[in-house]
Amino acid sequence: MTALLDMDQLLDDLEAGLRKVLEDRGVVDPALIGIRTGGVWLADVMSKRLGLQEPWGELDISFYRDDFSRIGLNPKVKPSSLPFSTEDRDIILIDDVIMSGRTIRAAMNEIFDYGRPASIILATLVDLGARELPIQPDVTGKLLSLQSHQRVKLRGPDPLHIELQETGK
Amino acid sequence: MTVNDPSSTSLQLTADGQLRHFLTLDGLDRTLLTEILDTADSFIEVGERSIKKVPLLRGRTVVNLFFESSTRTRSTFELAAKRLSADVLNLDISTSATSKGESLSDTLLNLEAMASDMFVVRHSQSGAPHFIAESVTPGVAIINAGDGRHAHPTQAMLDMLTIRQHKGRFEGLKVAIVGDVLHSRVARSQIRALNELGAAEVRVIAPATLLPRDVESLGCRVEYDMARGMKDLDVVIMLRLQKERMEGALLPSEREFYRLYGLNQEKLALADPGCIVMHPGPINRGVEIESAVADGPQSVILNQVTNGIAIRMAVMSMAMGGQVADRNRKLAEGAHG
Repeated sequence: MTALLDMDQLLDDLEAGLRKVLEDRGVVDPALIGIRTGGVWLADVMSKRLGLQEPWGELDISFYRDDFSRIGLNPKVKPSSLPFSTEDRDIILIDDVIMSGRTIRAAMNEIFDYGRPASIILATLVDLGARELPIQPDVTGKLLSLQSHQRVKLRGPDPLHIELQETGK
Repeated sequence: MTVNDPSSTSLQLTADGQLRHFLTLDGLDRTLLTEILDTADSFIEVGERSIKKVPLLRGRTVVNLFFESSTRTRSTFELAAKRLSADVLNLDISTSATSKGESLSDTLLNLEAMASDMFVVRHSQSGAPHFIAESVTPGVAIINAGDGRHAHPTQAMLDMLTIRQHKGRFEGLKVAIVGDVLHSRVARSQIRALNELGAAEVRVIAPATLLPRDVESLGCRVEYDMARGMKDLDVVIMLRLQKERMEGALLPSEREFYRLYGLNQEKLALADPGCIVMHPGPINRGVEIESAVADGPQSVILNQVTNGIAIRMAVMSMAMGGQVADRNRKLAEGAHG
């Protein structure tokens, strides 16, 4: 199945989709934020493709996850780093995979603690459906539907490729 | 007196090795100490945002249980809990119920009945937080904010964070702890942490009257002469002279102590030029340390205060996380068994 996922094609589609949304919304100076880890690799690629001058930011959403009361704190948390103010900025938020939507909810909560953005555009490389929250990406490289025991994960950063995992359930 | 009870390891760690209480650094390995420092690094970044708050402990109640007053430690614990979005209750027990004759156990039962999730305990008796951790309801995390002469693990860890920030590593470092080691709860925790994290050499510099017996057994070298002790140092940690705890004639005079063991620019010049100067506060200017050094370019004393908030956020969220993971595991075992 992963053979069907041509990474260059996915990235081309993501870039084209982003350019269209930026144009439709009249956004000329977006600030790019990737969600660790896969989203950060994608932010690096998209920043170059879109010719953004400003460095991209990275978010570690561990402090904002909604499952702390189930599993506790992620022991591998790293500092988030936004080298710009989000106040009144048009943000592109980018991640590798969207499924339940919970990661994006956490990421948006975190972004708002840095300041009130003018807007957020959500871009994901792969959309697996199976949403649990009313959150939809504005741009997606590909919509996939998996078996319940399957997961996909972006591996990288060089080269970027998508790995299909069987969870064995 | 050294409390090195092997039972503290099983008490403060879950079956998976996660923190669930934070009582002592004894029994915590380098991996866990490094995890605390790494987590604190992430909380430092939170402290630089416009909204310095994360939702981790939202809806949870943290009780600062101070049987002995301490403005700085209590206020940084309070700020740490608030930045984790917890509700905070400050109880100065020395002036409250126990003075009306209520026993410690009754005080605790009352606090548990208020659905508290965490007690931050400061007590003049060594081992008091340990005792409380053994007797509270499962699910309540205990954080040691200093007990007797035993331990002050969050202070030691904020010192480790400050050292790592400025030196980038522990390997190869020569570190000295200077002054009133005898009455210091933090010196023991510092020596333990420095050795576990891989410092090359830990020295204590003090007059014999201010050193505990068998201090070398903690893992340090004793130096009575400060000029010799300062040689090649990368880090010098000054301790506060605890005048309020002195019994009998341990010191000829403060002036004599300052002449022999006070840190001034001349003595600091004997250390490595990049040597950083630390002090847990409150500073006795002109007793342990000269103002020109305390306020000088090598001083990182105020960084220690900032780092104290981040370290306390780290251990509070890790211990709470360990408690919830513990409870969920027990629920799952109950469901299957």
